[in-house]
Amino acid sequence: MEDTICAISTASGVGAISIIRVSGNESIKIVNKIFKGKDLEKVESHTINYGKIVENNKIIDEVLVSIMKAPKTFTMEDVVEINCHGGIAITNKILEILLMNGCRLAEPGEFTKRAFLNGRIDRIEAESVMDLINSKTEQSRKMAINGLNGEVSKIIKNLKNKELKILSNIEVNIDYPEYDDIEVLTNEKILPDLESLKEEMKDIIKKSYDGKLIKDGITTSIIGKPNVGKSSLLNMLLEEEKAIVTDIEGTTRDIVEGQVIIDGIILNILDTAGIRETNNTVEKIGVEKSIELIDKSDLLIFVLNNNEKITKEEIDLLNKIKNKNYIIVINKCDLENKLDIDNLKLDNIIKMSVLNNEGLSKLKLKIKEIYNLEKIQTSDLTYLNNAKDIALLKESLKNIESAISNINNNIPIDMVEIDIKNACEKLNEILGESYNDNLLNEMFANFCLGK
Amino acid sequence: MDYEIIVVGGGHAGCEAALSSARMNHKTLLVTGNINNIADMPCNPSIGGSAKGIVVREIDALGGEMGVNADKSLIQIKMLNSAKGPAVQALRAQADKVTYPKEMLNTLQNTNNLEIKEAIVEDLIVEENKVKGIILENGEKIKSQAVILTTGTYLKADIMVGDTRRREGPHGEKPSNYLSDNLKKYGLKIIRLKTGTPQRIDKNTIDYSQTKEEKGDNKLLSFSFDRKPTYKIEEQIPCHLVYTTEETHKIIRDNLNKSSMYGGLDDITGVGPRYCPSIEDKVVRFADKERHQLFLEPESILDENEDYKDTIYIQGFSTSMPYDVQEKMVHSIKGLENAKILKYAYAIEYDAVYPTQMKLSLENKILENLFTAGQINGTSGYEEAAGQGLIAGINASLKIEGKEPLILKRNEAYIGVLIDDLVTKGIRDPYRLLTSRAEYRLILRSDNADLRLREYGYNVGLIDKERYNNFLNKKEKIKEVIALLKNTRITPKKEINDYLIDNNSTSIKDGISLYNLLKRTELNMENIKHFIDLDYEESILEQVEIEIKYEGYIKKAIKDAEKMIKLENKKIPKDIDYQKVKNIASEAKQKLEEVRPESLGQALRISGVNPSDISILAVYLKREYPNESK
Repeated sequence: MEDTICAISTASGVGAISIIRVSGNESIKIVNKIFKGKDLEKVESHTINYGKIVENNKIIDEVLVSIMKAPKTFTMEDVVEINCHGGIAITNKILEILLMNGCRLAEPGEFTKRAFLNGRIDRIEAESVMDLINSKTEQSRKMAINGLNGEVSKIIKNLKNKELKILSNIEVNIDYPEYDDIEVLTNEKILPDLESLKEEMKDIIKKSYDGKLIKDGITTSIIGKPNVGKSSLLNMLLEEEKAIVTDIEGTTRDIVEGQVIIDGIILNILDTAGIRETNNTVEKIGVEKSIELIDKSDLLIFVLNNNEKITKEEIDLLNKIKNKNYIIVINKCDLENKLDIDNLKLDNIIKMSVLNNEGLSKLKLKIKEIYNLEKIQTSDLTYLNNAKDIALLKESLKNIESAISNINNNIPIDMVEIDIKNACEKLNEILGESYNDNLLNEMFANFCLGK
Repeated sequence: MDYEIIVVGGGHAGCEAALSSARMNHKTLLVTGNINNIADMPCNPSIGGSAKGIVVREIDALGGEMGVNADKSLIQIKMLNSAKGPAVQALRAQADKVTYPKEMLNTLQNTNNLEIKEAIVEDLIVEENKVKGIILENGEKIKSQAVILTTGTYLKADIMVGDTRRREGPHGEKPSNYLSDNLKKYGLKIIRLKTGTPQRIDKNTIDYSQTKEEKGDNKLLSFSFDRKPTYKIEEQIPCHLVYTTEETHKIIRDNLNKSSMYGGLDDITGVGPRYCPSIEDKVVRFADKERHQLFLEPESILDENEDYKDTIYIQGFSTSMPYDVQEKMVHSIKGLENAKILKYAYAIEYDAVYPTQMKLSLENKILENLFTAGQINGTSGYEEAAGQGLIAGINASLKIEGKEPLILKRNEAYIGVLIDDLVTKGIRDPYRLLTSRAEYRLILRSDNADLRLREYGYNVGLIDKERYNNFLNKKEKIKEVIALLKNTRITPKKEINDYLIDNNSTSIKDGISLYNLLKRTELNMENIKHFIDLDYEESILEQVEIEIKYEGYIKKAIKDAEKMIKLENKKIPKDIDYQKVKNIASEAKQKLEEVRPESLGQALRISGVNPSDISILAVYLKREYPNESK
């Protein structure tokens, strides 16, 4: 725990002020290095100090800096909080300067974790995180860990019970080999059970996924080659100008650049490297970066230039998005048409001219069409709604599928049992009934960055 | 000091304990109530069975005696579950009840450093919570550095038939009346358990035409890794299968109030085993079952011992009904209409030491230098007893040598699973090993017990150089064959593809190594031998086949086990004060206090301790003992 960590503590987005929190042995020293005003290493604990953050003698922002010395702080370490003027650009810039001066970016929940590890039990008791630790009943504890509501845990338990039933049938047969009156469980008898379990799990995963989209929003990326109009389109969607990010490694992790709500459908538009065009940074959008985004996103908005011939790289990328939800935006329709994509057999094509503010309503309509409520029938949010649980359920499904294929390959049942056991174990993890070494980390990771 | 180690009790646990201690060069005394009952088999005439058979192999791998002794005295042997995968296969032998004890006594008497004495032990010499020897019924004191109690069912043993209760052992011997009270006096928690055994009938009064014959396997088998089988396949003695009838069930239901377990005796406090229930239990619990199967098993083919002459053991029929009801019950079975009962079924109730009071080494937590093994720890079964006896003998020896104990992990041996379950979870009723108790059973196979454990046996000194070298040689050859199969390729020639198709496989299009060919589920080692000369022992080829064929699953199991080991390696300091660990549920705190687990892994297996409690404990350890827990 020697590192000094920092992170933006206020919600990302536009606010009057943002707070950057720094914690660790070096926190006061590091902030002092970039602070113009009083010598922070000499001020009293628990004071607020006016001054400026500077970089190379250039003033970045006017700030108020709270100095809180250990142990009476949130983390029980030296803590500095920098109150700066809101806005992603400035806040990220200050964060960047801190990182360059020796801080490490905090993991999600790391402040709370430090508070916990340093013995701040009392304070933490007030935090929702510690509902977990203090839950009086096993049930409430599990729900606190997983944010599972009763309905969801019922569904998972039901799956688990089905798996357990198959398991216990197998085990009885193994333990009492000589008793012919115990139903001999042949593979043929297990298979139908496994098959129906598989279908059920698939269905739940699908519904959970849809439920998550409704609750948390649709992760959306705008991709395309440079100068095709991606950031203009983004700005048009956001209806405001803000597209600046920093170059420091790690600061751009999945930061949502903007949130657009279209008739109740939330789009979380990812910060894409391709948007950096406005900066001085040399733009190097590569196919690789785009592929990464394709994997991460639920929805891809692929921008093409009406005025140019399609490139090989674009065709490659288009092929990669075909099995995802995508919208092709043909921008610059006010210019001469040189683009020919008819032979690519693409759907969801929208013609726009971002420059002339044309076509936005068509785009919004298309988004609604793709994510209409009829399609997502399962809008009741009783399903799993965090990515970790869905991933675990998927792993459980994978094990069941493996069991099925192995049975079909005549693998002995006591081997196949391992697959079914693993499937069960994954469900246990969702239910909080199995100890996971990483539980502690995961538990805190559920908190937002900077908390 | 009279002896270095004293073993009290000459049953299956006691024999292994005494032999291992003596073989580890410690002057050992075995005290038994009756020398003629050493290694007696008071219950079923068989060794091995599901899970238990693997324990016997493990005992042999470590250098214990049960496997060898069973091989010397078997009259029939089978590989159970041979149609299933290798993970659940286990050997089971019918052992001759006369030969088995005779061979064992012979071995004991021919072991250096080992003396046998007939006496009843009633107390221990205890100074400052350290055990320093035993006190006999006549007051005689014998000193030693460690004592291993393997008293079986002989602590305050009560034999019950119907509404009668007599204080005696299975053969009418005198039990120890005060030892368990004295243990209580030293602070040990004593519980009362119960088990039962069925009737023995005269083999000449059975109508075999009404039964189904159950033969031994058509293949030479042995428990021991070092001894070649000496019996002849065709000379194996068959068992016979019969079934209970509607009439049997009616007799039982009509007489339930006469069974000692169902009201015949008011003062039964012992808890009977769930896994070999009495026939009363089975009829009541599985009311919809039309019949239960019973095996007729010969106890001995020799005429030497009156107790076992011409006797047939009715496996699955244990009861504590009065004699007249037992008569009716037996005669209601097809084939046994005229059977003569030579010995009636009985139940036995006895004192046991609650097992969470032991460490994983089987040493007592309250009384230092005291080890317990077998039924006194609440288990049932010869094999479970022998496995513990061996570990107790090894660890008592290591203790007086000032060395770390041998603790087998759950992914290393069924014996490890057994001891960990006892020590960590405690028991409600006599504990029987089941395959399903082992979560890493794919690793804990019958075929690889030597690969898992022989190294340990050698290190503690129970496996001699010659046996160890044979083992190393086997390991080397396994590697050799695997490499050979990896490096030998076949190509898609016509005759090769013809052979594959003839053997229900599919043809190959490209060259393939024999290693990959063997992975095909429809092919086995015999098919591979078609392509290459493999002049190796069958046990080596078997091992290679299993390792190659099930590689994927074995890897999965090993990965699983590694997760467990990681937690196992997170040791909990001995001086931890659970009262100081805030936020742990109070039930969990109480359980942790009772068991005082040695690692986070063990803590997690305690029932009533939840994963969240372990998380909190892990954080507490990290903070309070930053140097110890990593």
